[in-house]
Amino acid sequence: MTQRLADIQQQLLATFFEEAVDALAQIESGLLALDKGKDDPQLREEQINSVFRAAHSIKGGAATFGLQPVAELAHSAETLLDRLRSGSMKPNADVTAMLLASVDALRGLVQWSSSGAKGAAPDASALRGRLDSAAEQMGQGGGYHTAPRAQPRAANDMRTRFKIDFRPKPHMLTTGNDAVRLLRELALLGEIKLEVDHGALPALADLEPTQCYLSWRLELTGSMTRAQIDEVFSWVDMDAEIVIEELRDAKPGTQPAAAARVDEPFALDGQSGSIRVSVSKLDMLMNMVGELVITQSILGELEGDGPIDVKRMASLRDGLALLARNTRALQESVMSLRSMPISTVFSRFPRLVHDLSHALGKQVELKLSGQSTEVDKTVLEKLGDPLTHLLRNSLDHGIEKPELRRERGKPEIGTLSLRAFHRGSDIVVELEDDGGGLDLPKILARARKLGLVGPDEVPSDDVIRELIFAPGFSTAEQVSDVSGRGVGMDVVRRNIKSIGGHIQMSSVTGQGTRTTLRLPLTLAIIDGQLIRVGRYTYVVPLLSILESVEVDRSRVSRLEGRHPLYRLRDDLVPIISLANLLGVAQEDTSNAALLVVVEADGERLGFAVDELLAQQQVVVKSLETNYEAVEGLAGATILGDGSIALILDVLGIARLARLARGGSAGRAA
Amino acid sequence: MAHVLTVDDSVSLRKLVAGTLSTAGHQVVEASNGAEGLDLLKSRTFNLIISDINMPVMDGLTFIRHVRSIVTYKFTPILVLTTEMDPAKKKVAKESGATGWIVKPFDPEQLLNTIRKVLG
Repeated sequence: MTQRLADIQQQLLATFFEEAVDALAQIESGLLALDKGKDDPQLREEQINSVFRAAHSIKGGAATFGLQPVAELAHSAETLLDRLRSGSMKPNADVTAMLLASVDALRGLVQWSSSGAKGAAPDASALRGRLDSAAEQMGQGGGYHTAPRAQPRAANDMRTRFKIDFRPKPHMLTTGNDAVRLLRELALLGEIKLEVDHGALPALADLEPTQCYLSWRLELTGSMTRAQIDEVFSWVDMDAEIVIEELRDAKPGTQPAAAARVDEPFALDGQSGSIRVSVSKLDMLMNMVGELVITQSILGELEGDGPIDVKRMASLRDGLALLARNTRALQESVMSLRSMPISTVFSRFPRLVHDLSHALGKQVELKLSGQSTEVDKTVLEKLGDPLTHLLRNSLDHGIEKPELRRERGKPEIGTLSLRAFHRGSDIVVELEDDGGGLDLPKILARARKLGLVGPDEVPSDDVIRELIFAPGFSTAEQVSDVSGRGVGMDVVRRNIKSIGGHIQMSSVTGQGTRTTLRLPLTLAIIDGQLIRVGRYTYVVPLLSILESVEVDRSRVSRLEGRHPLYRLRDDLVPIISLANLLGVAQEDTSNAALLVVVEADGERLGFAVDELLAQQQVVVKSLETNYEAVEGLAGATILGDGSIALILDVLGIARLARLARGGSAGRAA
Repeated sequence: MAHVLTVDDSVSLRKLVAGTLSTAGHQVVEASNGAEGLDLLKSRTFNLIISDINMPVMDGLTFIRHVRSIVTYKFTPILVLTTEMDPAKKKVAKESGATGWIVKPFDPEQLLNTIRKVLG
């Protein structure tokens, strides 16, 4: 039994860690919101209460699960919060900063405990000291005393005798305390002799059954201590008159010191890549499976030896259509299991903006919207760093200092909006600030200095804007802590591209900058156009295809050392021979019948293919995990007939094509 | 075997209580705050209620006051789970109608002992 109890505690430890992480996030966002509630006492009170509650529950849980360092620090923070709650202390920037530091420290401690408590625990004693002394200035001290766990009944060789007068007040029963239970408990301590006093018992007609009319005088003999008796009565000492008297003056035996309890934090074996799924999503999935079963039974009807007549053919077709619909719905449901709200990434930003804007001496309000937008977990994981970088840029370079803003006739508090929403099959994340906008002359000057633009060149605004994505580019006058650490926008763009996304920036001088990220819903399944080149089938992601045209040979022009060009309406599109690039023998190398026009990096390219096959969704299998990364290929997939088709990476192909012709590809368009 | 209602906003502590009591064969139902607890009281009967104090939506003491106002729960033992129990807190808890308290941190064994006593 004891073993089982220990198991329960062990199993719930992971739950506690999850809870603690959530509670810490809640404390953090609550603290950051304190400023906003300044003028609304009721709102502020609710904010402080919820922060307090979260800290309190971390403390209680940590203590119960034997995580002393966490409990101690949480207690110190809670004590300070209690001062804020009672109003004996006003929140200010220092207190908030101190509490935020405790959130970080607690996070560290929780992390340390949950990863098996290896090595020395992060030391939080200095922070605790600061919290305690801040709290002490405001009231009584905040030292943490772990409530001692009830000690095992101390054996006492001395026989003791107590006389107890126990007179319950009439209402005692309505507190749920049964006098008989108390007497029974006392009887466990030693030998009991008792006398009932029913003098107060009224006549039956006047008897109120909810009231207690009896009292007891009892004598207890055994090897118990006074403390043990007190404990029995501890719940009712306000609901009864209790007089305890020790009859024989026996010296209480020295109690054996309670064995030192070694509070070893429980270890968690590694982090499992688990994901929390809402029940409604699982229900939806179950529904889909139900539909599928029905479809299966419809198709099952067609089994048998009967002739394939028109009627059966028609119901077969219907059944298959239904199956296709079900499969699609099922796929969407399963995909939604992989997705998580973007708030998991957004939630770290209020803190970042708070800290950074203070460090930079700026006032910034962060507005978040669309936090419940769901994004594939893999995309989400890779979104955090680029977004953080963009946010830092906006704070550092975009939003001006209050004085400058006042001069420019803008409100002193800058606004930074971060939005997420669905558009078509994409997720769009937009970051907008109302700062100074991109400083084009400065960017140009910097680019000239770096040699990206020749001294006499006068590039257009669009080209200048594009320059900030050049490797190693940064306009920060001095390398600050905030941005300009050598990681530039080029890395951001690369990261976004690696998850199949696009980044776009627009800005109006003096009014602000808007950065738009477009991300795919998922990386696991794409809509693809199947094409044939030579003997092989390839997949081109449908999203990157603009159009497909039949080649009119009179429109093809050739220049030495360049890809041939195709005149498509008023544009010239370079023709990329996939056969050449992929090393496939094509039936007719130069005059392929079809051109698939794709967009890559804002340029148009025409892929010469032999045949357009079906359009279908394909499941992307990674080449990297199964083989190795290959330039120009995004992965592979298995087709309906069991054969394998490679998925083309349009950007990679464009790069290859450029290399093949000395960088001339695409520029012509 | 007793029917027990445990009310706590912390999943880990609630499950710890529930898990511990079910090893002793009790039927435990969980609620994450006072309001949920009251809802559950409408549809079934419990012999024992164990409640946290600090909870969102409806805190433990308000919850207990409501429970005590239900005729059938006048004598039911209600224990509060709490981190501190100083005389002032004790007074408030008692006035709300609590039978007694279990001080956190508790270990499961100790919890079982207390429950055994209360249920007789």
